[in-house]
Amino acid sequence: MDIFLQQVLNGLVLGSVYALVALGYTMVYGILGLINFAHGEVVMIGAMVALTVLNGLAGAAIGAPPQVVIAAALAAAIAVCMGLSFSIERVAYRPLRRAPRLAPLITAIGVSILLQNIAMLIWGRQYHTFPRLLPPTPHNIAGATITDLQIGIMVVCAVIMGGLLVLVQRTRLGRAMRATAENPTVAGLMGVNINRIISATFVIGAAMGAVAGVLVAANYSIAHYSMGFTLGLKAFTAAVLGGIGNLGGAMLGGLLLGLIESIGAGYIGDLTGGFLGSHYQDVFAFLVLITVLVFRPTGLMGERVAERA
Amino acid sequence: MDIERHGVTRRVLAAVCSVAVAAVLGACGKKEEQPATTDGTTSALERVVKIGHAGPLTGPIAHLGKDNENGVRLAIEEANAAGLVIGGEKIRFELISEDDEANPQKGTVVAQKLVDAKVAGVIGHLNSGTTIPASKIYHDAGIPQISPSATNVDYTHQGFKTAFRVMANDAQQGKVLGEYAVKKLGAKKIAVIDDRSAYGKGLADQFEAAAKTAGAQIITREFTDTTKTDFTAILTSIKGKRPDLIFYGGMDSQAGPMMKQIKNLGVRAIYLAGDGVQTTQFLTLAGPEGESAYASSPGVPLDKMPGGKEFAEKYQKRFNQPIQLYAPYAYDAMNAMIEAMKAADSVDPAKYLPALASIQYQGVTGLVQFDEKGDIKGGSISLYQVKNNKWEYLETVG
Repeated sequence: MDIFLQQVLNGLVLGSVYALVALGYTMVYGILGLINFAHGEVVMIGAMVALTVLNGLAGAAIGAPPQVVIAAALAAAIAVCMGLSFSIERVAYRPLRRAPRLAPLITAIGVSILLQNIAMLIWGRQYHTFPRLLPPTPHNIAGATITDLQIGIMVVCAVIMGGLLVLVQRTRLGRAMRATAENPTVAGLMGVNINRIISATFVIGAAMGAVAGVLVAANYSIAHYSMGFTLGLKAFTAAVLGGIGNLGGAMLGGLLLGLIESIGAGYIGDLTGGFLGSHYQDVFAFLVLITVLVFRPTGLMGERVAERA
Repeated sequence: MDIERHGVTRRVLAAVCSVAVAAVLGACGKKEEQPATTDGTTSALERVVKIGHAGPLTGPIAHLGKDNENGVRLAIEEANAAGLVIGGEKIRFELISEDDEANPQKGTVVAQKLVDAKVAGVIGHLNSGTTIPASKIYHDAGIPQISPSATNVDYTHQGFKTAFRVMANDAQQGKVLGEYAVKKLGAKKIAVIDDRSAYGKGLADQFEAAAKTAGAQIITREFTDTTKTDFTAILTSIKGKRPDLIFYGGMDSQAGPMMKQIKNLGVRAIYLAGDGVQTTQFLTLAGPEGESAYASSPGVPLDKMPGGKEFAEKYQKRFNQPIQLYAPYAYDAMNAMIEAMKAADSVDPAKYLPALASIQYQGVTGLVQFDEKGDIKGGSISLYQVKNNKWEYLETVG
């Protein structure tokens, strides 16, 4: 039982990060109907920038308190990712907004590969140790352990997602975003600055992605130029699972996917007598994706996809 | 027009460069020959025997390639100074050293080059990746090859009678690790994880078999891959089975984060791995959580080799730098080959090959003696443990 509880906790930690990244996919899809495949790389860049700042400040030995150092690293990561995502939209997506659907998809993949290679040039191919943000003391909950950092990850993700819901439902910007998602042309005629709203969507998604990147790197205490690729695919799967375009769906999908992966990978070895191992962890994500697309293409909470298509 | 001018400049540059290279090479060649010609014998009775060496002499691990080359060179110079007589002729060895850039493709090119130069034997290559494809070329030409440092099992398991190595292979390493885990570390319930690479899976398989034979129970066998950094699901399921020991077949880049997650999940088990983890990168990636992890490495530390101390002094005196890593193995490999030639009283590969296969030569690193596959008999494996964020030598087994 304690092991099951442990797998559930693992799944929730993993899932909250998936949810945070999935929001970036789902927001952009909701507004543009575009799958921003470069989002995973934005997440990776966030982790790498934070890593550089943390190491730089630690190396400079200014003696600043750790909270300040972490805040500076997060701020730098968020700022770089926002700028990066803004530029990506301007350069790679905006000129193709009226092009057939396939064109922006291909540029998205192109940007993703480009960013990975740039990161490889800057930070090299090796694995980097991500500095410790919170003490790794394990807390015991009914036989399962959880660290301060993992609790922090869940809290931060929950707060950010709550904030996003408030932003979308209660503010002027949020109303404009919803209007643009509903019908860009009409929203434009009603005086909404479509381009600005689209840029804002990209930038907000990137900021959340940057935080997610830092959390993932801190959780596994490792950062690497290719860490964004699989993470991005998983988050995209989570968005589809929940219903792409639907904010609540992205959160639900992320948590569910994290749980499915953890429990699946944790027990498949025993269930199949060692025939299938836990390295099938990634397979679960894609099995889920295929199953959802076959039986409920709109996802668990989505209805908008049917409208769009 | 601009292009043309550019072309001319380039041609001129190329000419200048080749002249410079030729001059440098000429100078080098002269320097190398000098010690050989000063031994004062008349060259009429002398027979020159070419010996090939191949390894990465440029690139990121060039220092290791050079180190191997120096080991071979030292053995050759000593043999030349001693004035060997084999088959009634005075023998003078000549080293032809080729750069394989640690690149498998380049490895086969230089192997063919050495065969064409009619070398009597080859010491090399350094990496398993280059040694294995090159070994076929030497085998087809009937030229004996001894690798000082390639540990992949496949090298000697291709059925080539010409392939030998003087360092314990990954299979021997897995066996030693399995026995060590059970007999020395007292593990009864063992969990095995590997990264599904040729190295990691092979090592884990060998480990598992040896640990079972020694009486331990393998409670689970899990896989990951060479890019993953999230092992929480695997480790949680392992935790539920309460192992005494977790063995990992794979490299440091996975082992580092794995070690952290083991500690974070509160798993209480000994952590044991192979030479892919006995690195400084593991120490940085695992951080304080890496403390008390065990790992092995083929061979013994220099100061534990039977002739290590004298060899280190000799090497330092001749090359004016310390040994990097495998030079003692390269030195022993060359000397074993010379011993075989002496025993067979011939430098003809076909004639001295059987003598090499049954050689018993007491070298710097220990007794050089091959089994029927060409692997060193009783090759030793050393064990290390992380103490105060450093790999500390524990003991040598086998």
